[in-house]
Amino acid sequence: MTAITQAGPARRSGARSKRDPFRATPLTKVALGFTVLLSIFPIYWMVIIASRTNRDAVDVPPPLLPGGNLGENVQRVLNTEDAHFITGLVNSLIVTSTVTFSVVIISTFAGFAFARLHFRGRNLLLGSILITMMVPLQQMGIVPLYQLMVSLGWVGTLKAVILPYLLNGFGVFMMTQYTDQAVPDELVEAARVDGASTMRIWWNVILPAVRPGMAVLALQTFMLNWNEFMWPLIVLSPENPTVQVSISFLTAAHSTDYVLIFTGTALSVLPLVIVFVAFGRQIVGGLMEGAVKA
Amino acid sequence: MSVNLHTQRADPAPPPPRPGRHQSRSRRRFWSQLDLKAAPYFLISPYFLLFAIFGLFPLIFTFWVSLQDYGLAGGDASFTGLENYSKLLADSDFWNAVVNTVGIFILATVPQLVLALMLANALNKRLRGRLFFRLGVLVPLVTSVVAVAIVFTQLYGRDFGLINWLLEFVGVEQHIDWQSAKWSSWIAIATMVDWRWTGYNAIIYLAGMQTIPKDLYEAASIDGASPRRQFWQITLPMIRPTIIFTVFVSTIGGLTLFAEPVMFASNRMDGGATGQFQTIAMYIVEQAFRNFDYGYAAAAAWLLFVLILLGVGINYLFIRRIGGAK
Repeated sequence: MTAITQAGPARRSGARSKRDPFRATPLTKVALGFTVLLSIFPIYWMVIIASRTNRDAVDVPPPLLPGGNLGENVQRVLNTEDAHFITGLVNSLIVTSTVTFSVVIISTFAGFAFARLHFRGRNLLLGSILITMMVPLQQMGIVPLYQLMVSLGWVGTLKAVILPYLLNGFGVFMMTQYTDQAVPDELVEAARVDGASTMRIWWNVILPAVRPGMAVLALQTFMLNWNEFMWPLIVLSPENPTVQVSISFLTAAHSTDYVLIFTGTALSVLPLVIVFVAFGRQIVGGLMEGAVKA
Repeated sequence: MSVNLHTQRADPAPPPPRPGRHQSRSRRRFWSQLDLKAAPYFLISPYFLLFAIFGLFPLIFTFWVSLQDYGLAGGDASFTGLENYSKLLADSDFWNAVVNTVGIFILATVPQLVLALMLANALNKRLRGRLFFRLGVLVPLVTSVVAVAIVFTQLYGRDFGLINWLLEFVGVEQHIDWQSAKWSSWIAIATMVDWRWTGYNAIIYLAGMQTIPKDLYEAASIDGASPRRQFWQITLPMIRPTIIFTVFVSTIGGLTLFAEPVMFASNRMDGGATGQFQTIAMYIVEQAFRNFDYGYAAAAAWLLFVLILLGVGINYLFIRRIGGAK
């Protein structure tokens, strides 16, 4: 049955293919396959070196398969005291979860207000968010932010790398758009007529409807924040780092010990790999959903 | 319960005729009016509070600091007007950082966006295992910038790096010391940026391409337009807003480049022995946190901002011309 239905178009494909602009040529497939290989190789290379010895790492020709030293190397990273690797990992988990949770809540709040409530100054305020998204605050404000942290006594504490990241204009913008298309105006009006307060509407009407958008924002915030480097490097101490700062110190202090560095790097990437494997489909969908379209 | 509440804040003067229902209704109206008027501001207040503290204040204060000779935190500061700016504009190290940043930015962004367009066009074809390919090109996103930089710095190693080893096969016998020269370090850093972001941009372009009505292509095919022609005449003009978006994002990201060159220089801010790949962001950090010259660093930060505005503006004009040329 399927064979017959497939045979139909296949037989005519010679004639049709010239007109079908969406036909994938063999060249397209080869190029895509090659791109995927290139995308994966550096990560695979990381695993190879992390599971081998320093002698293998400088072999010619280079090793192309993982070895059997991964467990031993992980032990070595964890025992390297000047890297404070476990502290870094735990700190990153704390910081990233706190930032992600708060950004999602703050953005859902503001997104609801901008998309479905009427108030004076709405367009102006929303416009101001869009404009400030263009300003690279991390770099521009680095000196005063540091001084602010000094005067608050927060230098070297996790507060210093959590609070500035709660400011996320992209999140507000995204949740505004999402609420606008996911929650019909009538639904909010109906809840109003039934006597629900604004906060009740947020909880009972908005939250359930925008949950997919929140998930996408959470994934993106998590990935972005996990990778944050410049500000933590400046404001945190080597004894109490985030994981990125920790591996950068590892690199500086043990620059010739490739295996040690690569194992630390692989461990630092692991949480994101897990997120990517578990939620890959949502990440792709979310990126495409949020993209500016024609 | 509600009556209790009322008696506390009740107006003592005129006791209304029928306390129970009437009052609770008017009070409820008061609360619902307040709710309608104030709740929106309450909902957006967390964002704008954070914005005031961590956005607006640093920006304004940066400008204030940039007008002063500002030493160590808590140290002396004296107002010097625009002296920091004039000093910066005459500082060859600063201009070196500007040239490096712009050079790496162009070297990274142009191939990246062109490749991403081609990749998106390929992903937009009818394919088996679509999700696999889409996820495949997004894989680099899981690695942190620091991790990318570490892996690539090793791949670009002079003596044992994979890239020099591969280059031997195409006849480059002399191993390249990638960090040592401007051109080689720029290429190395640009490939790090490209590896991480090309797939991301391709997925964004793909999203734009999928909103283009398919019958446009069918009509063009019937009229005999080649796929290449269709790409130039239909796809490109139709996804122009998406292209503008990615160019903006890449411009801001490229001009504030920091982690890749820092890691490429073994976690130092100087960007090589003669600063051959020191970017503006590295220069700012070096001035502020290595030399403790806050005022100077703040002035550099504002000039970086001006550069970003310039970059975004030039790119915008450029793209508008491309798309509008018919």
